[in-house]
Amino acid sequence: MTTEPQNARPAAVESAAARDAELIRRILGGERELFHELVRPYEKSVYYATFSILQNQQDAEDAAQETVLKALKNLHSFRAESKFSTWLISIAVNEARARLRHDRVLKFESVDQSQTEEDGSFTPAVITDWREVPLQALERKELREQLQKAIASLPEIYREVLLLRDVEEFDIAETAAALGVSTGVVKTRLLRARLMMQKILAPQLRSKKSGLFGLFRSKAGGSWF
Amino acid sequence: MVLNCKHVWAQISDYIEGDVAPELREAIEEHLAHCRHCAAVLDSTRNILILIADDRTFELPVGYSDRLHARLQEEIDSGEQLE
Repeated sequence: MTTEPQNARPAAVESAAARDAELIRRILGGERELFHELVRPYEKSVYYATFSILQNQQDAEDAAQETVLKALKNLHSFRAESKFSTWLISIAVNEARARLRHDRVLKFESVDQSQTEEDGSFTPAVITDWREVPLQALERKELREQLQKAIASLPEIYREVLLLRDVEEFDIAETAAALGVSTGVVKTRLLRARLMMQKILAPQLRSKKSGLFGLFRSKAGGSWF
Repeated sequence: MVLNCKHVWAQISDYIEGDVAPELREAIEEHLAHCRHCAAVLDSTRNILILIADDRTFELPVGYSDRLHARLQEEIDSGEQLE
């Protein structure tokens, strides 16, 4: 059994950084229209970051818009030692958290719960075998909803790291910088988040003998990794 | 190095990241080769991560990008100077 590191490609990262640096220089020089181009590659990440915290489409979109406006207003304070994308996502996280604090009374999740879940061990769903659920199964709304519900059910601190690392595919260091925590904290939360997802979803997906698995049985023998 | 199931679960996320030392990786793989439970936990976790990373799982709201750029354009047009 082998795995490949999921690190970002250095060449692509360097080229994106150079592109961003040039755009930022020109925007600060007065070409403000170029801000559209600067944020376009990251607008999806901004939405996911706000959605991971707010869990509501309209609120997430409002926070995403406010994030981009704040980034424009504060672009002069961006320091090139961090990546623009990381800086932008940290604004998004802060914007969403500020809105959530304002609205905290409506949330069931308590601060205590978020803090205490950092300690102790966590057990996955122990199963004896696994038949791969192929990507084509995502054509089914039922599966997409199961995945979305599972993520929505995670406590906020786990949802954030999962959305940034595993959905948006930020690397560990970027995820840590965007959330304002150490890489060690990201790794600990990521372990919990991933095992929680496995615990919720593995029994559900595994029991669909006549559903998802039945539909794709002919393709299930191959590896999807 | 001999690992039990709990040790493997504790390392499973770093293992998926490719972020474990060679000796530990070898011990995990030795365990996985003989433990159906842990192999299934790893396979199911990786499978779930592949599914959630797919663009179809989380779709942006229809018109999100257009509304975002329209709002941004309003701000740019308002002529506010960068501070």
